[in-house]
Amino acid sequence: MSGAVYDLVVNGASRRVEGAHGGDSLLHVLRDRLGLPGAKNACEQGECGSCSVLVDGVLVCACLELAEAAVGCQITTVEGLTPAGGEPGDAALAGDVLTDVQQAMVEAGGVQCGFCTPGFVVAIHDLLAHTPEPGPFDVREALAGNLCRCTGYGRILAAVEQVVTVRTATALTTPAASGASGGPPEASAPPEASAPPGDSA
Amino acid sequence: MTALVPDRLDDALAALAGDPPPTVLAGGTDLMVEVNYGLRRPDDVLSLRRVAELRGWRRDGDAVVLGAATTYATLLAPEPAALLPALAQAARTVGSPQIRNTGTVGGNLATASPAGDTLPVLVAHGASVELASVDGRREVTVADFLTGPKRTALAPGELIVAVRVPLLTGPAEFLKIGVRNAMVIAVANCALVVDRPTRSVRCALGSVGPVPMGDPAAEAWVADRVDWDGGSAVEAAVAAEFGARMAAASRPISDHRATADYRRHAVGVLARRALARCFPGGATTAAADGGGAAPEAA
Repeated sequence: MSGAVYDLVVNGASRRVEGAHGGDSLLHVLRDRLGLPGAKNACEQGECGSCSVLVDGVLVCACLELAEAAVGCQITTVEGLTPAGGEPGDAALAGDVLTDVQQAMVEAGGVQCGFCTPGFVVAIHDLLAHTPEPGPFDVREALAGNLCRCTGYGRILAAVEQVVTVRTATALTTPAASGASGGPPEASAPPEASAPPGDSA
Repeated sequence: MTALVPDRLDDALAALAGDPPPTVLAGGTDLMVEVNYGLRRPDDVLSLRRVAELRGWRRDGDAVVLGAATTYATLLAPEPAALLPALAQAARTVGSPQIRNTGTVGGNLATASPAGDTLPVLVAHGASVELASVDGRREVTVADFLTGPKRTALAPGELIVAVRVPLLTGPAEFLKIGVRNAMVIAVANCALVVDRPTRSVRCALGSVGPVPMGDPAAEAWVADRVDWDGGSAVEAAVAAEFGARMAAASRPISDHRATADYRRHAVGVLARRALARCFPGGATTAAADGGGAAPEAA
């Protein structure tokens, strides 16, 4: 209940949080304290995926993260995804230029009311960072935690296919440039942040 | 409300010894829902996020030791999934990628929901829970740890630090029924594991009783009917009778997800199907499994 003061690292920058309630979720703090409304607030129980963000490179629902416990973590929101050609954390560029996933969502008709779109965009970036050429079932399973109440799933799946096609073609023609094809800044992060230090056989 | 985020297990246990003790936060997939909906307003929260000693898994002789903060996503990684296939199957049915990235096996145990998906697997494996407090450590079986719906043997000041899962040699299955293949709380689930060296079959049912339900007599009955020295097939009639016995061992209730009658029927089908999958090739097994008939009617 106290007005705790703490710092969160969001999209590469340290941000001071003041006046937040003790039990506030990361979603509330991002939206109401830090002016980042990209993550959407719908179910607040992890069901809909519209608040999807990356915490230390891992896709999570921001509504289920206690903000104060995320101190010291690298938090990436849809606002911090890097467009093709940009540097990670290049917020000015991110504000004006769409990522390839966002562009494909527009072109494929994956955006209807738009409410679920940011969550899908983050989840799709995460999927393609770990699985650059997913099969149809990989895509469906990876996006099973993101609900679209307009039920525009077919167009969203088409957008994913479009991104994969473009990225694959780009990688084939300009192998050296494949690293700058629009992945999120944490694309090089370990796929499983909770991987144990002492995995044994 | 203040968040405590210790790096070391000793510091976490010292915090838990406080009066009143802080509320433990693991993945947050249960607790944060209650906080968001105003159902709980903890004074202090102890986040386990940074306690490295609780993360990861290791092989320890004939067992796998899972740190309490091991996520469902980690259980799905190739190595642990090869060692504990039924647990990986259960983990895959939990929530969505977002939920599997944060939810933990220790959290599943501490929440002790009758529908917890890893719980029947852990009971069937004969797994045990390692508990720690500032006063020391103790180990209890998962079956003894789960005392009722959302009730456990966890004493004040105690924390789940690890789960010890004995390795078995033989096929294993986990099956679940819900309204979707993702993001769904089990209407009924079933874990069945086989250990060839000891010629034993163990089966536990979830979401059809206050805690995972089993029937040692039915397990012994079916183990006597497995052709262990031959092709290890189980006759369809045996699988059907096993399903009926397991259904009879369930104690389901009716709620907003399903009626007790449906749950009893469904869990019998799951038990029969799990057995047939672990011991395939029995006469007419495939036909019986494909029919989806009630075990009572088979």
